[in-house]
Amino acid sequence: MTAPLIALDNASFGYDGAAVLSHVTYAVEAGEFTGIVGPSGSGKTSLLKLLLGTVSPQHGMVVRRPDVAMSYVPQLETVNWNFPVTVAECVLMSRVSTRLLPWPTQQERRDVDAVLDRLGISELAGRHIRELSGGQQQRMFIARALLRRPQLLLMDEPTSGVDIGTRHEVLHLLDELHRDGLAIVLTTHDLNGMAAHLPNLVALNRTVIAHGAPSEVIVPDVLEQTFGARMEVLQHLGMPVVVDGSDQVRLRTVAG
Amino acid sequence: MTLWQTLLDPFNYQFFQKGLVAAVIAGALCGLIGVYVTLRGMSYIGHGLSHAIFGGYAAAPLLGIPVVLGAGAWGLASALAINAVARTKRIGADAAIGVVTTASFALGVALLTKFGNKGPSFDALLFGSINGVSTSDLLLLAGALLFAAAVFTVLYRAFLFSTFDPEVADVSGVSVRRMDALLMLVLSVSILATLKIIGVTLVAATLVIPAVVARMLSDSFSRMLWISTGLGAAAGAVGMYLSFQLEIPSGTTIVLVNAAVFVAVLVVTRGQALRRAGGLDDHVESGAPAPLAGAVR
Repeated sequence: MTAPLIALDNASFGYDGAAVLSHVTYAVEAGEFTGIVGPSGSGKTSLLKLLLGTVSPQHGMVVRRPDVAMSYVPQLETVNWNFPVTVAECVLMSRVSTRLLPWPTQQERRDVDAVLDRLGISELAGRHIRELSGGQQQRMFIARALLRRPQLLLMDEPTSGVDIGTRHEVLHLLDELHRDGLAIVLTTHDLNGMAAHLPNLVALNRTVIAHGAPSEVIVPDVLEQTFGARMEVLQHLGMPVVVDGSDQVRLRTVAG
Repeated sequence: MTLWQTLLDPFNYQFFQKGLVAAVIAGALCGLIGVYVTLRGMSYIGHGLSHAIFGGYAAAPLLGIPVVLGAGAWGLASALAINAVARTKRIGADAAIGVVTTASFALGVALLTKFGNKGPSFDALLFGSINGVSTSDLLLLAGALLFAAAVFTVLYRAFLFSTFDPEVADVSGVSVRRMDALLMLVLSVSILATLKIIGVTLVAATLVIPAVVARMLSDSFSRMLWISTGLGAAAGAVGMYLSFQLEIPSGTTIVLVNAAVFVAVLVVTRGQALRRAGGLDDHVESGAPAPLAGAVR
C-alpha cells in the first residue's frame, strides 16, 4: 500500500491565538476526489493552506510524500480579470523557470497548446482574460494548474458565485480529470449542487466531524454537528438532497 | 536670432545636454517600474517613497554619510516598513504609507530648516531642476535603469505571476515576499536616482501616468512595458526641453507633458481606453447554461 500524498496528524492551526483548526487528522490518498464541506469560518481554507504548506500547524504534524506535486486553483474573484494578459500568457505563468529570457520556448508553447486543447479552450488562447465566461475562467485556472503536471489539485470553492450551467461544466471537467488519475480536494459550501455529486466528503467545523461517502456524511446528525442547524435529508435518484428549516416552512405553506 | 536658432539654442549648453540625457533615462526608468507599481495597486507608494527619501536626503549629510547611500538606505527601509505593515492587513497600505513617509518628509523639512542644506536646493528637491546634473548623477541614473531592466528581464515571469496572482504564485515556487522586497529596492533606487530631475512632489506622476496610458493603449503586459518605458523617456525629453525654454522646473514640465499625452489618448479613444484601464468593461457572461447532468459518480 502506497503512502498518502499528504497526511495531517492531529494538526491544529490558528491566527493570533484564536484556533481555526483543532486536532485535524486527515490523509489525502493518490487519486481521491474529495469535497470539504462546512459553514463559513469552519476552517476550510485554512485546511487547504495546511495541505499546500503555505502555513504550518502549531501542533501536530503534516507529512507530505517527498515526490508529491501539487497545484492550487484559487477562487475566481481573487484576481483582477482586467489584468493585461491573454489566456495563453496566464497559463504559462505556472512555468516559472530560471530561464533568463522572458519569452516561452517552443516546447513551452506546445505544452500550453496541449493543456488548453485538453480543457477545450484552445480557441481562446489569444483572448484577453476579461473576455472569458465564468466557466472558461475556471478552465483557464485549471489549465494553469495542470501545466505543472500535479498529482494533486487543490481548489478553493471552484463553483462559488457561478451559475448552474457553469457549476455543471466545472463538475464534469473535474470528474474527467479525476478519471485520468488526478487527485482532487476542493472546498465547497454547496451541499446539493456540488458536494452530493462527489465520491468523498469531509465535514469540517474546526475539526473533522465526518469523512466518507456522501451517504455517510450528508445525514442529519452530521449536518447538525457541522452547520449547527437541524436539516432534513431526502433521497432523489439515489442522491441525498438537503432541505433546511426555511425550505420546510415554505413547502408547508405552499402545500397548505 | 532666428526661430530655428532659438529652437536649437538649448543644445549648445552642456548642462542642458546632460539634463536631457538624465530626463530621458529618468522617464524611461519611471515608466518601466510604473507598470508594476500601478498593476499592483501601489500607485500611491511612489508619492510616499519620494517623500520618505527626502528625509534621508536631509539627514545623511548631518550624519556624515554619503547622500546616495544614506537616502537610499532610508528609502529602502521605509519601503520595507510600508510593505511589512501593509502585509499584516491590520491597517491598509495607504495608511502605512501615510504614516511612514509623511513622518519622514516632516523630519527632512525640520532638519533642513534647522541645520541648512548641504546638497541640492530645497526647491530643486521638491520640483526637480535642469541645473547641476553631474556625470555621477548620469551614472547613477544609467546604473539604476540597467539594474531595473536586468531584474525585470531575468525575473519577468516571477514578477508577472506575483503581480497577477500572488496567492498562487506563492505556492508555485515564487517567493512573493522576495519579489515584493526586490521591487521595493528597485523602486527606492530609481526614486533616489530621479529625484534631482523630477523632484519629490512629482515623481509619483511619472511613475503612474505613462503606465496608465500604456494600459489604455494595450491589453498586453509585455507591450505595456515597452509603451510605458518609451512614453516616459519621450515625455522626459520633451519636458526637459520645455523646462529650458519656459524656465519652469523640469519635474513640472515632464509631468505636464505626461498629463497632456494622457488627455490626448483619452480624447482620441473617446474614453474607451480609460474603461479598459479602469476595468469598467462589462464582464462577459457565459451563453446558454450547460444541460443538467446526472451525478458525477
